[in-house]
Amino acid sequence: MKLSRNTLLALAAIVVALVVVFFARPLLGQFWFGIFTLAGIFVTLALGLNLINGFTGLFSLGHAGFMAVGAYTVAICTMSPDAKKQNFFLEPMNPLLAGIQTPFWVALILGTAVAALAAWLVAIPALRLRDDYLAIATLGFGEIIRVVFSNTQSITNGAQGLIRIPTETNVWWSWCIAILMIVFMVRLVGSSFGRSLKAIRDDEVAAEAMGINLYRTKITSFVIGSAMAGLGGGLLAGFLGSIDPKMFNFLYTFNIVLIIVLGGLGSISGSVIAAVVITFGMEWLRFLDGSVEAFGYKISGVPGLRMVVFSALLLAVVLFWREGLMGKNELTPDYVKRRFGRKPKVAAATASASTTSKKGDADA
Amino acid sequence: MVQILLQNLANAVSLGSLYALIAIGYTMVYGIIRLINFAHGDVFMFALYVVYYGAVIFFLPWPLAVLVSIILTVILAVTIERFAYRPLRTAPKLSVLISAIGVSFFLESLATVIFGGLPKSFPAPDFFNGVNTIGGVAIPNVTIVIPIVAFVCLAGLVYIIEHTKTGMAMRAVSRDYTASRLMAIDVDRTVTLTFVIGSALAAIGGVLWGIRYTQIVPLMGVMPGLKCFIAAVIGGIGNIKGAMLGGFLLGFLEIFLVGLMPSLTGYRDAFAFIALILILLVRPQGLLGAQVTDKV
Repeated sequence: MKLSRNTLLALAAIVVALVVVFFARPLLGQFWFGIFTLAGIFVTLALGLNLINGFTGLFSLGHAGFMAVGAYTVAICTMSPDAKKQNFFLEPMNPLLAGIQTPFWVALILGTAVAALAAWLVAIPALRLRDDYLAIATLGFGEIIRVVFSNTQSITNGAQGLIRIPTETNVWWSWCIAILMIVFMVRLVGSSFGRSLKAIRDDEVAAEAMGINLYRTKITSFVIGSAMAGLGGGLLAGFLGSIDPKMFNFLYTFNIVLIIVLGGLGSISGSVIAAVVITFGMEWLRFLDGSVEAFGYKISGVPGLRMVVFSALLLAVVLFWREGLMGKNELTPDYVKRRFGRKPKVAAATASASTTSKKGDADA
Repeated sequence: MVQILLQNLANAVSLGSLYALIAIGYTMVYGIIRLINFAHGDVFMFALYVVYYGAVIFFLPWPLAVLVSIILTVILAVTIERFAYRPLRTAPKLSVLISAIGVSFFLESLATVIFGGLPKSFPAPDFFNGVNTIGGVAIPNVTIVIPIVAFVCLAGLVYIIEHTKTGMAMRAVSRDYTASRLMAIDVDRTVTLTFVIGSALAAIGGVLWGIRYTQIVPLMGVMPGLKCFIAAVIGGIGNIKGAMLGGFLLGFLEIFLVGLMPSLTGYRDAFAFIALILILLVRPQGLLGAQVTDKV
C-alpha cells in the first residue's frame, strides 16, 4: 500500500500529538495540564459548531443546550446510586434513573446519542427557517432546554445541579476524542456529503439545482454538529465533576462562537488552533479578574474584565480580520508553502494573476 | 376571582406596554438593515444605570437624570451603529450577527466591571409608588402611568413614520435599500435616525421598567431583550404596529399563564421562546407582516 505524502504527514502529526499528550503533565505542570485537558474538550465542541456554522452556513446558537443534554446524560449514567441519593435530597430521583450506573464510555455514547436525538427534534421545525430566524430559534431552544432542566427536579435535580460526578475525563479521553473528531471532520468534509454542505453554504439555490436535498442535508449536518456538542458536554461533566443548568447559558455558546470565528469559519485546523489558544488565553487572562497595577494605580480585582477583553477580541476579529486565523484554508504543507514559503517570481506572478481573475469573477 | 383577574389585567397591560416600547427598536432596525440588534437589550440596561448614576451619585433632579439618560443612550446606540454595524453593511449576514452578539457581550461585561454585579435599587419619585384602589384592586400609580406614556410615545412614532418626510424615507429604505439610494435618500442618515428613535424608546421603556421592578443589574437587559425581539417577530418583524401588538400579546401571555397556572412559574422564561417557535412554524411572517417571497 502506498500512502500519499499528506496521509503520511497526518499520521505523523497524530503520533506527535499523542507524544505531546503523553508528556503534557511534566511539561505543563499540574494547573496548566488541567487546562490542556479542557482545551481538548473545546476542540471537540468547536469542531461541532464549525460544522454547522462554518461548513454548512447555518447559524446555530443552541450549542450550550446540546452540551447540557450530553453533560446531564453522562452525569446521570455514571453517578453511583449512593451519590445520586446524596444529590437528590429535595425530591427523590426518578426510580428508573436512580438505579442505573454505566461505564464512562457507554455514558459518553449515550450522551452523544441523546444530544443527537434532541438536535433532530429541534432541527425538524427550526431548519425550515433561515439565517437570523434560525439563530434566534436555536437560541430559544437552548434556553428552553436550560429552563426545563432547572425545573425537572426528579431527573436533573433542578437548579441545585449535580455534584460528585465521577471525574473520569483525563487527558487521554479528551485528546483522543479530539483527534478522532479531527480525523472524522477531515474525512467528512472531504466526502461528497461535505462538498454538498459547502455548496449549501455558498449558494442554497445553486446547491438545490445540483440535486442536493437541502432540508435533509442541513438536518444531518445540524444533528452531527450537535451530537459533537453533546459528546463535548459529556466530557466536560466528567472533567468538572459538578454541573448545574445555569452553567450552560449563552456564555458557553459565545465562547465557542469566538473560537470558530477566530480560527476561521470553515477551517478545521483553524478551530483546533483557536480552541487551544482561547482555552489557555481564558485561564491566562484570569489575572485581569484579580488585582492589576496599571499607570501607577492599583486596580483591585475587577471580576468580569476578562469577558470585556474577550468580547472586544471577538468584535475586533469580526470587524477587521473577518477571515480569522485560517480563513477557509487548512494547515496543509501546500498551504504553509503558499503562505510562508519563498515564492519563485513566476509562481508569484501567476498566483497574483489568478487572485485578480478570481476577484474579477466575484465582482461580475 | 374577579379581583385577581383585574389585578392580572393591570399587570399585563403594563408589562405589555414595556415590551412594546422595547420591541419597536428591534423591529425598526430589522426592517431597515435586516439585523437582529442583539445589543438593544443592553442599551436598555445602560439607560437605567445612567438614571441611577445621575440621580443617586450626581444628585441631579430626577427628570433631568431621565433626560440625560435618554440623550446618552441615543449616543451609545448611534455609536454602536457607526462602529460595529456600518462597516459590515456589505458583509455576509453572519458577520453582522456575530458583531451584534459581540457588542452585546461587550456592553454586558463592561457594565459588570464598571457598575458592579450587585443589584442596585432604582431611584424613583414617591409619586409612582402611591397606590390607588379601584374596584377593590390595588394598583400603584406606576402601573397606570406606564401604558399612558407608552401610548403617547407610540402614537408619536406612528405619526412620524406615516406623516413626515423622514418617516417616508424610513419606509422607503426598509422596502428597498438600493432603490431608495437612487431616489436620493440619505440612507446612512436614515439608519442613524432609526437607531435614535429605537434607543430613545428603549430608554423610556427602561426608565419605566426601573420604576416598576425597582432593581437593576448589568444582565437585566438580556431576557427582556430576547423577549422583545420575539414580540417583534410575533407581530411581524419590520412592522411597527405589529411590534406593539406582539409586545402586548407576550405581556398578556406571560402574566396570565403564570397568574392562572402558578405551577408553571418556573417555566416563565420559556413561554416566549415556545411562542416564537410556534409562530415561526405557523405564520413565519408574523401576525401583521406581509408575505414576502424571497428574491433569488
